[in-house]
Amino acid sequence: MSCFRLENVSYKYDKALVLNGVDLRLEPGEILGLFGHNGAGKTTSIKLILGLMTPSQGKVSVLEGEAGDPKISQYIGYLPENVMFYPQLTGREILAHFARLKGANLRQVPELLEQVGLDDAMDARVKTYSKGMRQRLGLAQALLGKPRLLMLDEPTVGLDPVATADLYRLLRKLRDEGTGIVLCSHVLPGVEPYIDRAAILTDGSLKAVGDLASLRRQANMPTTLSIEPENTVAALESVVNSAKASAGLMMRHDNGRLHVDVRPAEKMELVKALMASGEVRDLGIYQPTLEDVYVHFIGSGGLAHRGGAQ
Amino acid sequence: MNSIWTIARKELSDSLRNRWLIAIAIVFATLAVGIAWFGAAASGQVGYASTPATIASLASLGIFLIPLIALLLAYDAIVGEEEGGTLLLLMTYPLSRGQLLFGKFLGHGLTLALATLIGFGVAGVAIALLVEDVAVGALAVAMFRFIVSTTLLGWSFIALAYVVSVRVSEKPVAAGLALAIWFFFVLIFDLMLLGTLVASQGEFNPELLPWLLLLNPTDIYRLLNIVTFSDSAQLSGVLSLGADLPIGPSGLWLALVLWFVIPLTGAWALFRSRRI
Repeated sequence: MSCFRLENVSYKYDKALVLNGVDLRLEPGEILGLFGHNGAGKTTSIKLILGLMTPSQGKVSVLEGEAGDPKISQYIGYLPENVMFYPQLTGREILAHFARLKGANLRQVPELLEQVGLDDAMDARVKTYSKGMRQRLGLAQALLGKPRLLMLDEPTVGLDPVATADLYRLLRKLRDEGTGIVLCSHVLPGVEPYIDRAAILTDGSLKAVGDLASLRRQANMPTTLSIEPENTVAALESVVNSAKASAGLMMRHDNGRLHVDVRPAEKMELVKALMASGEVRDLGIYQPTLEDVYVHFIGSGGLAHRGGAQ
Repeated sequence: MNSIWTIARKELSDSLRNRWLIAIAIVFATLAVGIAWFGAAASGQVGYASTPATIASLASLGIFLIPLIALLLAYDAIVGEEEGGTLLLLMTYPLSRGQLLFGKFLGHGLTLALATLIGFGVAGVAIALLVEDVAVGALAVAMFRFIVSTTLLGWSFIALAYVVSVRVSEKPVAAGLALAIWFFFVLIFDLMLLGTLVASQGEFNPELLPWLLLLNPTDIYRLLNIVTFSDSAQLSGVLSLGADLPIGPSGLWLALVLWFVIPLTGAWALFRSRRI
Protein backbone atom coordinates (compact mmCIF):
# COMPACT_ATOMS: atom_id res chain seq x y z
CA MET A 1 0.00 0.00 0.00
CA SER A 2 1.51 3.32 -1.05
CA CYS A 3 1.14 6.39 1.14
CA PHE A 4 0.55 8.39 -1.98
CA ARG A 5 1.04 8.07 -5.68
CA LEU A 6 1.13 10.91 -8.20
CA GLU A 7 0.85 9.68 -11.76
CA ASN A 8 1.65 12.10 -14.56
CA VAL A 9 0.07 14.92 -12.57
CA SER A 10 -0.26 18.41 -14.02
CA TYR A 11 -1.90 21.40 -12.44
CA LYS A 12 -2.82 24.71 -14.01
CA TYR A 13 -3.42 27.82 -11.93
CA ASP A 14 -5.36 30.11 -14.22
CA LYS A 15 -3.34 29.53 -17.36
CA ALA A 16 0.06 29.04 -15.79
CA LEU A 17 1.35 25.51 -15.57
CA VAL A 18 2.36 25.02 -11.94
CA LEU A 19 2.99 21.29 -12.09
CA ASN A 20 3.95 19.45 -15.25
CA GLY A 21 3.71 15.67 -15.55
CA VAL A 22 4.93 14.77 -12.08
CA ASP A 23 5.34 11.09 -11.14
CA LEU A 24 6.09 10.54 -7.49
CA ARG A 25 5.26 7.98 -4.85
CA LEU A 26 5.87 7.40 -1.20
CA GLU A 27 5.88 4.03 0.53
CA PRO A 28 5.19 3.43 4.22
CA GLY A 29 8.24 3.63 6.45
CA GLU A 30 10.03 6.09 4.23
CA ILE A 31 11.07 9.72 4.63
CA LEU A 32 10.96 11.67 1.37
CA GLY A 33 12.61 15.08 1.14
CA LEU A 34 10.80 17.39 -1.26
CA PHE A 35 13.03 20.20 -2.42
CA GLY A 36 12.82 23.08 -4.81
CA HIS A 37 13.03 26.85 -4.93
CA ASN A 38 10.07 28.99 -3.96
CA GLY A 39 7.28 28.52 -6.47
CA ALA A 40 8.72 25.28 -7.86
CA GLY A 41 5.51 23.43 -7.04
CA LYS A 42 6.20 21.89 -3.63
CA THR A 43 3.17 23.42 -1.94
CA THR A 44 0.99 22.62 -4.94
CA SER A 45 2.06 18.98 -4.80
CA ILE A 46 1.24 18.85 -1.11
CA LYS A 47 -2.15 20.49 -1.64
CA LEU A 48 -2.97 17.95 -4.34
CA ILE A 49 -2.10 15.09 -2.00
CA LEU A 50 -4.20 16.68 0.73
CA GLY A 51 -7.11 16.92 -1.70
CA LEU A 52 -7.38 20.69 -1.38
CA MET A 53 -7.21 20.91 -5.15
CA THR A 54 -7.79 18.46 -7.95
CA PRO A 55 -5.20 17.99 -10.68
CA SER A 56 -5.88 19.37 -14.15
CA GLN A 57 -4.49 16.13 -15.51
CA GLY A 58 -3.21 12.85 -14.14
CA LYS A 59 -4.11 10.78 -11.11
CA VAL A 60 -3.56 11.28 -7.39
CA SER A 61 -4.21 8.39 -5.03
CA VAL A 62 -3.59 8.61 -1.31
CA LEU A 63 -3.52 5.64 1.09
CA GLU A 64 -5.28 3.53 -1.55
CA GLY A 65 -8.12 6.03 -1.75
CA GLU A 66 -9.14 9.35 -3.15
CA ALA A 67 -7.31 12.51 -2.02
CA GLY A 68 -9.60 14.66 0.13
CA ASP A 69 -11.94 11.85 1.15
CA PRO A 70 -12.72 12.38 4.88
CA LYS A 71 -12.06 8.67 5.53
CA ILE A 72 -8.56 9.20 4.13
CA SER A 73 -7.73 12.62 5.60
CA GLN A 74 -8.30 11.15 9.04
CA TYR A 75 -4.99 9.34 8.56
CA ILE A 76 -3.02 12.29 7.25
CA GLY A 77 -1.07 14.67 9.43
CA TYR A 78 -0.08 18.02 7.95
CA LEU A 79 2.04 20.86 9.24
CA PRO A 80 1.69 23.90 6.97
CA GLU A 81 4.46 26.43 6.52
CA ASN A 82 4.05 29.27 9.04
CA VAL A 83 1.34 27.48 10.96
CA MET A 84 -1.14 29.79 12.74
CA PHE A 85 -3.77 29.17 15.39
CA TYR A 86 -6.58 30.98 17.16
CA PRO A 87 -4.71 33.50 19.34
CA GLN A 88 -7.37 33.69 22.04
CA LEU A 89 -7.38 29.97 22.82
CA THR A 90 -4.87 28.04 24.89
CA GLY A 91 -2.66 25.36 23.39
CA ARG A 92 -4.67 22.67 25.11
CA GLU A 93 -8.01 24.05 23.86
CA ILE A 94 -6.74 24.27 20.31
CA LEU A 95 -5.35 20.76 20.29
CA ALA A 96 -8.59 19.44 21.80
CA HIS A 97 -10.60 21.22 19.08
CA PHE A 98 -8.50 19.68 16.34
CA ALA A 99 -8.57 16.28 18.05
CA ARG A 100 -12.38 16.35 18.02
CA LEU A 101 -12.36 17.28 14.33
CA LYS A 102 -10.02 14.43 13.55
CA GLY A 103 -11.91 11.95 15.69
CA ALA A 104 -8.77 11.36 17.78
CA ASN A 105 -8.82 10.32 21.40
CA LEU A 106 -8.79 13.39 23.67
CA ARG A 107 -6.33 11.61 25.97
CA GLN A 108 -3.77 12.20 23.24
CA VAL A 109 -3.93 15.96 23.82
CA PRO A 110 -1.81 16.26 27.00
CA GLU A 111 0.45 13.43 25.82
CA LEU A 112 1.28 15.14 22.55
CA LEU A 113 1.75 18.52 24.21
CA GLU A 114 4.23 16.91 26.53
CA GLN A 115 5.93 15.14 23.65
CA VAL A 116 6.59 18.41 21.82
CA GLY A 117 7.71 20.12 25.01
CA LEU A 118 4.73 22.39 25.59
CA ASP A 119 3.63 20.87 28.91
CA ASP A 120 4.44 24.08 30.81
CA ALA A 121 2.68 26.35 28.31
CA MET A 122 -0.40 24.32 27.44
CA ASP A 123 -2.74 26.51 29.46
CA ALA A 124 -1.37 29.80 28.17
CA ARG A 125 -3.07 31.57 25.30
CA VAL A 126 -1.45 31.01 21.92
CA LYS A 127 -1.00 34.75 21.39
CA THR A 128 1.70 34.62 24.07
CA TYR A 129 3.54 31.82 22.24
CA SER A 130 6.84 32.35 20.45
CA LYS A 131 7.27 31.21 16.87
CA GLY A 132 9.00 28.04 18.00
CA MET A 133 6.18 27.24 20.41
CA ARG A 134 3.58 27.72 17.67
CA GLN A 135 5.61 25.41 15.50
CA ARG A 136 5.62 22.77 18.27
CA LEU A 137 1.87 23.09 18.63
CA GLY A 138 1.62 22.67 14.86
CA LEU A 139 3.63 19.48 15.12
CA ALA A 140 1.44 18.16 17.92
CA GLN A 141 -1.56 18.89 15.74
CA ALA A 142 -0.05 16.97 12.82
CA LEU A 143 0.58 13.95 15.02
CA LEU A 144 -3.03 13.68 16.23
CA GLY A 145 -4.64 10.32 15.68
CA LYS A 146 -1.56 8.37 14.60
CA PRO A 147 -1.19 9.46 10.98
CA ARG A 148 -0.07 7.01 8.31
CA LEU A 149 1.07 9.83 6.08
CA LEU A 150 2.76 12.86 7.59
CA MET A 151 3.54 15.96 5.58
CA LEU A 152 5.71 18.62 7.14
CA ASP A 153 6.40 21.93 5.42
CA GLU A 154 9.50 23.57 6.92
CA PRO A 155 9.05 21.84 10.28
CA THR A 156 12.24 23.14 11.88
CA VAL A 157 11.64 26.86 11.36
CA GLY A 158 11.89 28.59 14.73
CA LEU A 159 13.04 25.47 16.55
CA ASP A 160 16.26 25.56 18.55
CA PRO A 161 18.94 22.94 17.76
CA VAL A 162 17.88 20.65 20.60
CA ALA A 163 14.23 20.75 19.56
CA THR A 164 15.27 20.15 15.95
CA ALA A 165 17.24 17.08 16.94
CA ASP A 166 14.27 15.89 19.02
CA LEU A 167 12.00 16.36 16.03
CA TYR A 168 14.20 14.33 13.71
CA ARG A 169 14.49 11.59 16.31
CA LEU A 170 10.71 11.52 16.57
CA LEU A 171 10.34 11.35 12.78
CA ARG A 172 12.75 8.40 12.65
CA LYS A 173 10.72 6.61 15.27
CA LEU A 174 7.49 7.20 13.36
CA ARG A 175 9.12 6.05 10.16
CA ASP A 176 10.28 2.85 11.81
CA GLU A 177 6.70 2.29 12.92
CA GLY A 178 5.60 2.50 9.28
CA THR A 179 4.54 6.11 8.76
CA GLY A 180 5.33 7.64 5.39
CA ILE A 181 6.79 11.13 5.84
CA VAL A 182 7.25 14.02 3.42
CA LEU A 183 9.68 16.69 4.52
CA CYS A 184 9.91 20.05 2.74
CA SER A 185 12.80 22.17 3.81
CA HIS A 186 15.32 24.71 2.67
CA VAL A 187 17.78 23.67 5.38
CA LEU A 188 19.35 20.95 3.24
CA PRO A 189 22.33 20.06 5.46
CA GLY A 190 19.89 19.67 8.36
CA VAL A 191 17.63 17.13 6.69
CA GLU A 192 20.32 15.29 4.72
CA PRO A 193 21.04 12.59 7.33
CA TYR A 194 17.38 11.86 7.90
CA ILE A 195 15.82 11.44 4.48
CA ASP A 196 15.64 8.13 2.64
CA ARG A 197 14.91 9.67 -0.73
CA ALA A 198 14.93 13.15 -2.18
CA ALA A 199 12.77 14.65 -4.91
CA ILE A 200 13.92 17.86 -6.56
CA LEU A 201 11.38 20.08 -8.28
CA THR A 202 12.07 23.00 -10.56
CA ASP A 203 9.46 25.05 -12.39
CA GLY A 204 6.80 22.44 -11.80
CA SER A 205 8.62 19.41 -13.09
CA LEU A 206 10.48 16.73 -11.23
CA LYS A 207 14.18 17.07 -11.97
CA ALA A 208 15.41 14.08 -10.01
CA VAL A 209 14.20 11.48 -7.52
CA GLY A 210 16.11 8.89 -5.59
CA ASP A 211 18.30 8.24 -2.58
CA LEU A 212 21.38 10.37 -2.20
CA ALA A 213 23.73 7.79 -3.73
CA SER A 214 21.65 7.49 -6.88
CA LEU A 215 21.24 11.25 -7.12
CA ARG A 216 25.02 11.59 -6.95
CA ARG A 217 25.31 9.04 -9.74
CA GLN A 218 22.68 10.81 -11.82
CA ALA A 219 24.39 14.14 -11.27
CA ASN A 220 27.77 12.56 -12.03
CA MET A 221 29.37 15.13 -9.79
CA PRO A 222 33.04 14.66 -8.84
CA THR A 223 34.15 13.43 -5.47
CA THR A 224 36.94 15.46 -3.94
CA LEU A 225 39.99 13.75 -2.50
CA SER A 226 42.00 15.82 -0.08
CA ILE A 227 45.48 14.35 0.19
CA GLU A 228 48.30 15.21 2.53
CA PRO A 229 51.61 14.24 0.89
CA GLU A 230 54.16 12.00 2.59
CA ASN A 231 56.99 13.88 0.84
CA THR A 232 56.12 16.73 -1.55
CA VAL A 233 53.01 17.92 -3.34
CA ALA A 234 54.85 17.69 -6.65
CA ALA A 235 55.58 14.02 -6.12
CA LEU A 236 51.97 13.44 -5.33
CA GLU A 237 50.89 15.32 -8.44
CA SER A 238 52.98 13.11 -10.62
CA VAL A 239 51.39 10.03 -9.08
CA VAL A 240 47.94 11.38 -9.86
CA ASN A 241 49.00 12.35 -13.38
CA SER A 242 50.40 8.93 -14.09
CA ALA A 243 47.26 7.18 -12.85
CA LYS A 244 45.19 5.67 -15.62
CA ALA A 245 42.06 7.63 -14.77
CA SER A 246 43.76 10.98 -14.69
CA ALA A 247 42.29 12.40 -17.90
CA GLY A 248 40.56 15.71 -17.20
CA LEU A 249 41.10 15.70 -13.44
CA MET A 250 41.03 19.02 -11.61
CA MET A 251 43.87 19.54 -9.20
CA ARG A 252 44.66 22.40 -6.87
CA HIS A 253 46.70 22.70 -3.71
CA ASP A 254 46.54 24.85 -0.67
CA ASN A 255 48.04 24.61 2.83
CA GLY A 256 50.29 21.83 1.62
CA ARG A 257 47.41 19.54 0.71
CA LEU A 258 46.42 18.43 -2.73
CA HIS A 259 42.75 18.45 -3.72
CA VAL A 260 41.71 16.24 -6.61
CA ASP A 261 38.24 16.15 -8.13
CA VAL A 262 37.51 12.70 -9.49
CA ARG A 263 34.47 11.19 -11.17
CA PRO A 264 32.64 8.69 -8.93
CA ALA A 265 33.34 5.78 -11.29
CA GLU A 266 37.09 6.42 -11.28
CA LYS A 267 37.47 7.23 -7.62
CA MET A 268 38.50 3.78 -6.36
CA GLU A 269 41.04 3.26 -9.09
CA LEU A 270 42.78 6.53 -8.21
CA VAL A 271 42.68 5.77 -4.52
CA LYS A 272 44.30 2.39 -5.13
CA ALA A 273 47.05 3.96 -7.24
CA LEU A 274 47.67 6.57 -4.55
CA MET A 275 47.85 4.03 -1.78
CA ALA A 276 50.27 1.88 -3.77
CA SER A 277 52.62 4.81 -4.41
CA GLY A 278 53.40 5.36 -0.75
CA GLU A 279 53.20 9.15 -1.22
CA VAL A 280 50.07 9.57 0.90
CA ARG A 281 50.20 10.49 4.56
CA ASP A 282 46.50 11.27 5.01
CA LEU A 283 43.47 11.04 2.79
CA GLY A 284 40.03 12.66 3.06
CA ILE A 285 37.16 11.82 0.75
CA TYR A 286 34.40 14.38 0.28
CA GLN A 287 31.21 13.24 -1.44
CA PRO A 288 28.94 15.92 -2.90
CA THR A 289 26.41 16.90 -0.26
CA LEU A 290 22.67 17.10 -0.78
CA GLU A 291 23.14 20.82 -1.19
CA ASP A 292 25.72 20.32 -3.97
CA VAL A 293 23.43 17.86 -5.73
CA TYR A 294 20.50 20.23 -5.32
CA VAL A 295 22.40 23.17 -6.80
CA HIS A 296 23.53 20.94 -9.65
CA PHE A 297 19.95 19.98 -10.56
CA ILE A 298 18.48 23.43 -10.02
CA GLY A 299 21.14 24.84 -12.36
CA SER A 300 22.68 28.26 -12.31
CA GLY A 301 19.28 29.94 -12.47
CA GLY A 302 18.51 28.41 -9.10
CA LEU A 303 20.19 31.12 -7.10
CA ALA A 304 18.20 33.82 -8.80
CA HIS A 305 15.01 31.86 -8.18
CA ARG A 306 15.70 31.37 -4.55
CA GLY A 307 15.33 35.06 -3.82
CA GLY A 308 11.89 35.05 -5.36
CA ALA A 309 8.65 35.65 -3.53
CA GLN A 310 6.58 32.70 -2.37
CA MET B 1 -22.83 15.85 12.18
CA ASN B 2 -20.11 15.50 14.79
CA SER B 3 -17.75 17.86 13.01
CA ILE B 4 -20.56 20.39 12.50
CA TRP B 5 -21.17 20.37 16.23
CA THR B 6 -17.42 20.65 16.98
CA ILE B 7 -17.23 23.81 14.87
CA ALA B 8 -20.48 25.19 16.33
CA ARG B 9 -19.28 24.49 19.83
CA LYS B 10 -16.09 26.47 19.26
CA GLU B 11 -18.04 29.45 17.89
CA LEU B 12 -20.41 29.34 20.82
CA SER B 13 -17.63 29.15 23.38
CA ASP B 14 -15.85 31.98 21.53
CA SER B 15 -18.88 34.22 21.92
CA LEU B 16 -19.07 33.34 25.60
CA ARG B 17 -15.37 34.01 26.03
CA ASN B 18 -15.34 37.39 24.30
CA ARG B 19 -18.62 38.26 26.04
CA TRP B 20 -20.49 38.94 22.83
CA LEU B 21 -23.41 36.80 23.89
CA ILE B 22 -23.84 38.43 27.27
CA ALA B 23 -23.28 41.94 25.82
CA ILE B 24 -25.99 41.46 23.19
CA ALA B 25 -28.37 40.02 25.76
CA ILE B 26 -27.83 43.01 28.08
CA VAL B 27 -28.38 45.49 25.25
CA PHE B 28 -31.63 43.74 24.31
CA ALA B 29 -32.88 43.56 27.89
CA THR B 30 -32.04 47.22 28.56
CA LEU B 31 -33.78 48.37 25.38
CA ALA B 32 -36.85 46.26 26.03
CA VAL B 33 -37.23 47.39 29.65
CA GLY B 34 -36.57 51.01 28.69
CA ILE B 35 -39.17 50.98 25.95
CA ALA B 36 -41.69 49.25 28.19
CA TRP B 37 -41.24 51.82 30.96
CA PHE B 38 -41.15 54.94 28.86
CA GLY B 39 -43.40 53.67 26.09
CA ALA B 40 -46.13 56.13 26.93
CA ALA B 41 -43.80 59.10 27.09
CA ALA B 42 -45.15 60.39 23.80
CA SER B 43 -48.54 60.82 25.37
CA GLY B 44 -47.12 62.76 28.28
CA GLN B 45 -46.81 60.15 30.97
CA VAL B 46 -44.31 57.57 32.13
CA GLY B 47 -45.51 54.00 32.15
CA TYR B 48 -46.37 50.93 30.16
CA ALA B 49 -48.35 51.89 27.07
CA SER B 50 -49.70 48.61 25.74
CA THR B 51 -48.32 45.30 24.59
CA PRO B 52 -48.81 46.00 20.84
CA ALA B 53 -47.23 49.43 21.13
CA THR B 54 -44.28 48.04 23.05
CA ILE B 55 -43.69 45.26 20.54
CA ALA B 56 -44.01 47.71 17.66
CA SER B 57 -41.41 50.01 19.23
CA LEU B 58 -39.10 47.09 19.90
CA ALA B 59 -39.46 45.86 16.34
CA SER B 60 -38.68 49.32 14.95
CA LEU B 61 -35.47 49.33 16.96
CA GLY B 62 -34.75 45.71 16.13
CA ILE B 63 -34.80 46.47 12.43
CA PHE B 64 -31.74 48.65 12.86
CA LEU B 65 -29.98 46.69 15.53
CA ILE B 66 -30.47 43.00 14.71
CA PRO B 67 -29.05 43.07 11.17
CA LEU B 68 -26.07 45.09 12.38
CA ILE B 69 -25.31 42.68 15.21
CA ALA B 70 -25.76 39.62 13.00
CA LEU B 71 -23.49 41.03 10.29
CA LEU B 72 -20.83 41.97 12.86
CA LEU B 73 -21.00 38.53 14.39
CA ALA B 74 -20.63 36.66 11.12
CA TYR B 75 -18.82 38.74 8.50
CA ASP B 76 -15.40 37.23 9.23
CA ALA B 77 -16.59 33.63 9.60
CA ILE B 78 -14.63 32.29 6.64
CA VAL B 79 -12.40 35.16 5.57
CA GLY B 80 -11.25 35.49 9.19
CA GLU B 81 -10.19 31.85 9.28
CA GLU B 82 -8.34 32.39 6.04
CA GLU B 83 -6.53 35.51 7.22
CA GLY B 84 -5.76 33.82 10.52
CA GLY B 85 -4.15 30.99 8.57
CA THR B 86 -6.42 28.28 9.98
CA LEU B 87 -8.71 27.70 6.99
CA LEU B 88 -6.10 25.74 5.04
CA LEU B 89 -5.38 23.57 8.06
CA LEU B 90 -9.07 22.98 8.78
CA MET B 91 -9.63 21.88 5.21
CA THR B 92 -6.99 19.16 5.55
CA TYR B 93 -9.04 17.65 8.36
CA PRO B 94 -11.89 15.22 7.75
CA LEU B 95 -14.24 18.19 7.42
CA SER B 96 -16.07 19.26 4.30
CA ARG B 97 -16.59 22.90 3.41
CA GLY B 98 -20.30 22.46 3.95
CA GLN B 99 -19.72 21.07 7.43
CA LEU B 100 -17.49 24.02 8.29
CA LEU B 101 -20.04 26.54 7.02
CA PHE B 102 -23.06 24.91 8.65
CA GLY B 103 -21.11 24.47 11.88
CA LYS B 104 -20.32 28.18 11.86
CA PHE B 105 -23.97 28.94 11.17
CA LEU B 106 -25.12 26.73 14.00
CA GLY B 107 -22.67 28.43 16.38
CA HIS B 108 -23.46 31.99 15.33
CA GLY B 109 -27.16 31.24 15.04
CA LEU B 110 -27.28 29.77 18.54
CA THR B 111 -25.35 32.74 19.91
CA LEU B 112 -27.86 35.15 18.48
CA ALA B 113 -30.86 33.02 19.42
CA LEU B 114 -29.66 32.67 23.01
CA ALA B 115 -28.89 36.38 23.34
CA THR B 116 -32.34 37.24 21.98
CA LEU B 117 -34.08 34.73 24.19
CA ILE B 118 -32.23 35.81 27.33
CA GLY B 119 -32.38 39.56 26.62
CA PHE B 120 -36.00 39.89 25.57
CA GLY B 121 -37.09 36.97 27.74
CA VAL B 122 -35.83 38.68 30.89
CA ALA B 123 -37.53 41.90 29.81
CA GLY B 124 -40.78 40.03 29.14
CA VAL B 125 -40.71 38.43 32.57
CA ALA B 126 -39.96 41.80 34.18
CA ILE B 127 -42.91 43.39 32.40
CA ALA B 128 -45.23 40.54 33.39
CA LEU B 129 -44.17 40.81 37.03
CA LEU B 130 -43.93 44.55 37.49
CA VAL B 131 -46.65 46.06 35.32
CA GLU B 132 -50.05 45.94 36.89
CA ASP B 133 -53.03 44.57 35.01
CA VAL B 134 -51.10 43.49 31.92
CA ALA B 135 -52.65 40.57 30.06
CA VAL B 136 -49.90 38.02 30.64
CA GLY B 137 -51.20 35.53 28.05
CA ALA B 138 -51.23 38.06 25.22
CA LEU B 139 -47.86 39.41 26.32
CA ALA B 140 -46.32 35.93 26.28
CA VAL B 141 -47.66 35.20 22.79
CA ALA B 142 -46.47 38.54 21.45
CA MET B 143 -43.06 38.22 23.09
CA PHE B 144 -42.66 34.67 21.78
CA ARG B 145 -43.51 35.78 18.26
CA PHE B 146 -41.17 38.73 18.59
CA ILE B 147 -38.26 36.59 19.85
CA VAL B 148 -38.68 33.95 17.14
CA SER B 149 -38.97 36.48 14.34
CA THR B 150 -36.00 38.46 15.69
CA THR B 151 -33.92 35.29 15.70
CA LEU B 152 -34.97 34.47 12.14
CA LEU B 153 -34.15 38.01 11.03
CA GLY B 154 -30.73 37.67 12.65
CA TRP B 155 -30.14 34.33 10.94
CA SER B 156 -30.94 35.78 7.54
CA PHE B 157 -28.30 38.48 8.03
CA ILE B 158 -25.80 35.93 9.33
CA ALA B 159 -26.36 33.96 6.12
CA LEU B 160 -25.99 37.13 4.03
CA ALA B 161 -22.73 37.89 5.84
CA TYR B 162 -21.49 34.40 4.92
CA VAL B 163 -22.14 35.07 1.25
CA VAL B 164 -19.69 37.96 1.56
CA SER B 165 -17.29 36.09 3.82
CA VAL B 166 -16.79 33.13 1.47
CA ARG B 167 -16.33 35.38 -1.53
CA VAL B 168 -13.75 38.00 -0.52
CA SER B 169 -10.16 37.46 0.55
CA GLU B 170 -9.67 40.32 3.01
CA LYS B 171 -11.43 41.06 6.26
CA PRO B 172 -11.80 44.85 5.79
CA VAL B 173 -13.48 44.25 2.43
CA ALA B 174 -15.88 41.82 4.07
CA ALA B 175 -16.65 44.38 6.79
CA GLY B 176 -17.30 47.07 4.18
CA LEU B 177 -19.60 44.85 2.15
CA ALA B 178 -21.45 43.78 5.31
CA LEU B 179 -22.11 47.43 6.10
CA ALA B 180 -23.31 47.93 2.52
CA ILE B 181 -25.77 45.07 2.98
CA TRP B 182 -27.07 46.68 6.16
CA PHE B 183 -27.35 50.04 4.45
CA PHE B 184 -29.22 48.57 1.51
CA PHE B 185 -31.79 46.49 3.36
CA VAL B 186 -32.34 48.78 6.34
CA LEU B 187 -32.22 52.22 4.75
CA ILE B 188 -32.19 52.19 0.97
CA PHE B 189 -34.66 49.49 0.03
CA ASP B 190 -37.82 51.14 1.41
CA LEU B 191 -36.79 54.47 -0.06
CA MET B 192 -36.38 52.85 -3.46
CA LEU B 193 -39.74 51.18 -3.14
CA LEU B 194 -41.46 54.41 -2.18
CA GLY B 195 -39.61 56.24 -4.93
CA THR B 196 -40.80 53.70 -7.49
CA LEU B 197 -44.32 54.04 -6.21
CA VAL B 198 -44.35 57.81 -6.45
CA ALA B 199 -42.41 58.08 -9.71
CA SER B 200 -44.64 55.64 -11.50
CA GLN B 201 -47.69 57.73 -10.59
CA GLY B 202 -49.87 54.71 -10.15
CA GLU B 203 -48.79 53.14 -13.43
CA PHE B 204 -46.88 50.45 -11.56
CA ASN B 205 -48.75 47.20 -11.31
CA PRO B 206 -50.51 47.45 -7.92
CA GLU B 207 -50.76 43.67 -7.70
CA LEU B 208 -46.99 43.30 -7.87
CA LEU B 209 -45.88 46.02 -5.50
CA PRO B 210 -46.75 44.37 -2.16
CA TRP B 211 -44.80 41.28 -3.20
CA LEU B 212 -41.71 43.43 -3.49
CA LEU B 213 -41.77 43.77 0.30
CA LEU B 214 -40.85 40.09 0.49
CA LEU B 215 -37.53 40.94 -1.14
CA ASN B 216 -36.42 42.53 2.12
CA PRO B 217 -36.24 40.46 5.32
CA THR B 218 -36.52 43.55 7.51
CA ASP B 219 -39.86 44.42 5.87
CA ILE B 220 -41.14 40.89 6.48
CA TYR B 221 -40.07 41.20 10.09
CA ARG B 222 -41.80 44.52 10.43
CA LEU B 223 -44.99 43.17 8.87
CA LEU B 224 -44.96 40.22 11.25
CA ASN B 225 -44.55 42.33 14.37
CA ILE B 226 -46.38 45.51 13.55
CA VAL B 227 -49.08 44.79 11.04
CA THR B 228 -50.54 41.89 12.99
CA PHE B 229 -51.29 44.26 15.83
CA SER B 230 -52.34 47.48 14.26
CA ASP B 231 -55.22 48.62 12.16
CA SER B 232 -53.91 49.05 8.68
CA ALA B 233 -55.08 52.66 8.84
CA GLN B 234 -52.27 53.46 11.25
CA LEU B 235 -49.60 52.04 9.00
CA SER B 236 -47.36 54.49 7.30
CA GLY B 237 -45.01 54.37 4.35
CA VAL B 238 -44.36 51.17 2.48
CA LEU B 239 -45.83 49.12 5.28
CA SER B 240 -49.33 50.00 4.13
CA LEU B 241 -48.53 47.93 1.07
CA GLY B 242 -48.17 44.92 3.29
CA ALA B 243 -51.83 45.02 4.21
CA ASP B 244 -52.57 44.13 0.59
CA LEU B 245 -50.48 40.98 0.70
CA PRO B 246 -52.67 37.95 0.20
CA ILE B 247 -50.37 35.46 1.92
CA GLY B 248 -51.11 35.94 5.63
CA PRO B 249 -48.80 35.40 8.62
CA SER B 250 -47.79 31.84 7.75
CA GLY B 251 -46.61 33.01 4.34
CA LEU B 252 -44.60 35.74 6.00
CA TRP B 253 -43.00 33.25 8.38
CA LEU B 254 -42.12 31.02 5.46
CA ALA B 255 -40.62 33.97 3.60
CA LEU B 256 -38.46 34.84 6.60
CA VAL B 257 -37.25 31.24 6.86
CA LEU B 258 -36.42 31.25 3.15
CA TRP B 259 -34.42 34.42 3.76
CA PHE B 260 -31.83 32.48 5.70
CA VAL B 261 -32.10 29.18 3.83
CA ILE B 262 -31.47 30.66 0.38
CA PRO B 263 -28.45 32.88 1.24
CA LEU B 264 -26.96 30.06 3.31
CA THR B 265 -27.28 27.67 0.38
CA GLY B 266 -25.79 30.32 -1.88
CA ALA B 267 -22.87 30.84 0.49
CA TRP B 268 -22.32 27.09 0.52
CA ALA B 269 -22.26 26.92 -3.28
CA LEU B 270 -19.83 29.84 -3.47
CA PHE B 271 -17.63 28.33 -0.77
CA ARG B 272 -17.43 25.02 -2.60
CA SER B 273 -16.09 26.70 -5.71
CA ARG B 274 -13.63 28.87 -3.80
CA ARG B 275 -9.95 28.22 -4.35
CA ILE B 276 -8.00 27.64 -1.15
